[in-house]
Amino acid sequence: MTNTQYIPIDYYIWLAAILFTIGILGVLYRRNAIVIFMCIELMLNAVNILMVAFSSYRQDAAGQVFVFFIMAVAAAEVAVGLAILVMMYRNTQSTDINILNRIKW
Amino acid sequence: MVSIDLLVSLVPLFPLLGFVYVAFNVKRLNHVVTSVVACGSILFSFLTSIYIFAFLLQLPAENRTITIELFDWIKTGNFSATLSFLIDPLSSVFLLIITGVGFFIHVYSTGYMHDDEGYNRFFSYLNLFVFFMLLLVMGANYLVMFIGWEGVGLCSYLLIGFWFKNQDYNKAANKAFIMNRIGDLGMLIGMILIFVHAGSIQYLEVFSKATSIDTGTLTLITILLFVGAMGKSAQIPLYTWLPDAMAGPTPVSALIHAATMVTAGVYMIARNNLLYALSPASLELVMIVGLATALFAATIAIAQNDIKKVLAYSTVSQLGLMFLALGLGSFTSGVFHVATHAFFKALLFLGAGSVIHALSGEQDIRKMGGLKKYLPVTYLTFVAGVLAISGIPPFAGFFSKDEILAKAFEHNAIVWFLAVIASLMTSFYMFRLFFLTFHGKTRASDHAMQHIHESPRSITVPLMVLAVLSVIGGFMGIPEVLGGSHALNNFLSPVFAASQLHVEAHHLSHTTEYILMGGVVAFTLVMIGLAYSRYVSQGHVPAAEGETLTSAHRLVYNKYYVDELYQAIIVNPLYKISSALDAVIEKLGIDKLVNGVGEIVVFVSREARLLQQGSIGYYIFVMVFGVIALLVLNFIK
Repeated sequence: MTNTQYIPIDYYIWLAAILFTIGILGVLYRRNAIVIFMCIELMLNAVNILMVAFSSYRQDAAGQVFVFFIMAVAAAEVAVGLAILVMMYRNTQSTDINILNRIKW
Repeated sequence: MVSIDLLVSLVPLFPLLGFVYVAFNVKRLNHVVTSVVACGSILFSFLTSIYIFAFLLQLPAENRTITIELFDWIKTGNFSATLSFLIDPLSSVFLLIITGVGFFIHVYSTGYMHDDEGYNRFFSYLNLFVFFMLLLVMGANYLVMFIGWEGVGLCSYLLIGFWFKNQDYNKAANKAFIMNRIGDLGMLIGMILIFVHAGSIQYLEVFSKATSIDTGTLTLITILLFVGAMGKSAQIPLYTWLPDAMAGPTPVSALIHAATMVTAGVYMIARNNLLYALSPASLELVMIVGLATALFAATIAIAQNDIKKVLAYSTVSQLGLMFLALGLGSFTSGVFHVATHAFFKALLFLGAGSVIHALSGEQDIRKMGGLKKYLPVTYLTFVAGVLAISGIPPFAGFFSKDEILAKAFEHNAIVWFLAVIASLMTSFYMFRLFFLTFHGKTRASDHAMQHIHESPRSITVPLMVLAVLSVIGGFMGIPEVLGGSHALNNFLSPVFAASQLHVEAHHLSHTTEYILMGGVVAFTLVMIGLAYSRYVSQGHVPAAEGETLTSAHRLVYNKYYVDELYQAIIVNPLYKISSALDAVIEKLGIDKLVNGVGEIVVFVSREARLLQQGSIGYYIFVMVFGVIALLVLNFIK
């Protein structure tokens, strides 16, 4: 039995839900690609918190193993995403996603 | 000691290997290697066949049936087909004919095709043909026979159209193939019905259950099988492809369109003798069709001027005689005639090939004449062939033809009379051909006469061998009345034993047989005399192109306009229907449908691409909204 059990599981769920919603709203409202990118990370981490919380709560290590996977994938995603961002900035001198509206038919 | 099973499988294996080797090296091999491989493979098969024949002979007569199963081929539900061979007296006789005559024709071809650029290709086809033909006669079930049946059809097609740069030859090849397909359809349905009613396609199992199938069904099955035989063996109404098939090289005409492939129908009916014996109506049909074909083709042959066409119609006519014999329930006589016919007709074709070769490709007998002194060997061997086909004793054709005529007389005097007419016409047109080619004045062009020469030894030796066979070939079936014991009959009788119970047998007194024999031979001599007086004494030469002919002559010369008739009642309507269907269903239906689908896709895409307007924020919004919508949907459900 760890101390975490004394904090009710509801708290973790609320925290994760709030973080996730902030992430979504950030992605929807902001136009700076870097901010959008960070918001995506926020959503991923909200899920991570939820996973770890449930993993600890149910005494099942599988959830934590998943979290490691998500972290690894997220790291790879950051590498690719930042590379794209750098290229985008070089070409347009801007990180505003609305500049990129020529990607269409 | 090698097991007999292995030897039997080797018989078709040699030609197959020969084919594979030559076919895969068609561009590389020189002519000598090809000749050795192609002829050698058939020679090995021939020797093996002789051994198998000897092996069967030393077994007791009732045990001469060997089944060899190579492997299970198809096994599904209650259907099973094995790749298996059936060796019995019937198939071993055919093995000897195919490989023996086949070998000599291969040797002949090395001389005949010597200057042809497709030399290697020719031999690969020829080996493939022998392989399929062996499969046809060796198969122990209908399916294996059918593979061979279709395979020889394919090789026939390839070899008729061998000189494919000539469009007419290609048309002849197509005609042969399509006509055969019509017959094969009947054959296939017959085989399916056999499986449905007998529950097996293995010959021996089918025959053991044959008596329990009702006569109506059996009649249907046997008639359908006979339709297949009509196509393959060129019987009325599907015979018109065979004369056109003469477009192929002459050795092909000798091997495929005279000695072996066209007798496949005879083999098939002889193999199914029990089924035919159990349905008298089918036997009657086989007899009538055979007799009609024999007569009909013989009349056409009288007025033809192409040396190979005459022989082709003669082949059709002789095949008719074989079917007549089968239809009379005398299966042995049919097979006997197959054997002797293979000898003398192969000989005649090869002799004709030698003449054509000597005259630099001339095939019109009006432009031959007086070749006796230029081609002595061909002349002498041709004499043997002509005498054999005319049925002059003691040549091969006499014994087999006389046997058929005797059976016909036992059955019905009218049938006998018509068969005799056909046979007399045969001797007339054969001697017409012979006299026009070898006697009288030389009518060949100067160009041809400059190059005239007796053929090389590779051509004359097979001619001599076949001539000897045409002389002595009949001795395997000397009838009782002439003091023989009919060795072939004794050898084959176990195969036909079951069916002979169902066919009524009559017996002629020896006096009657003597009278019939003597009468037919006397009339044959009269016909020969007629031909001699007309074409040698009077020096008559058939009318040249463009001269006006009497109406009867014109009718026969134009082969009764059967080709034109088929063209008018089948081919042209088919074209008309096709073009009508093309205009309506193809153009208005299918094309519209297919193009319509394409146009719809283009239209929808043109509209839908407007959704992709480049704003990333909008994309993200749609995505998030979509995910939420999916979640809500999932939640509600």
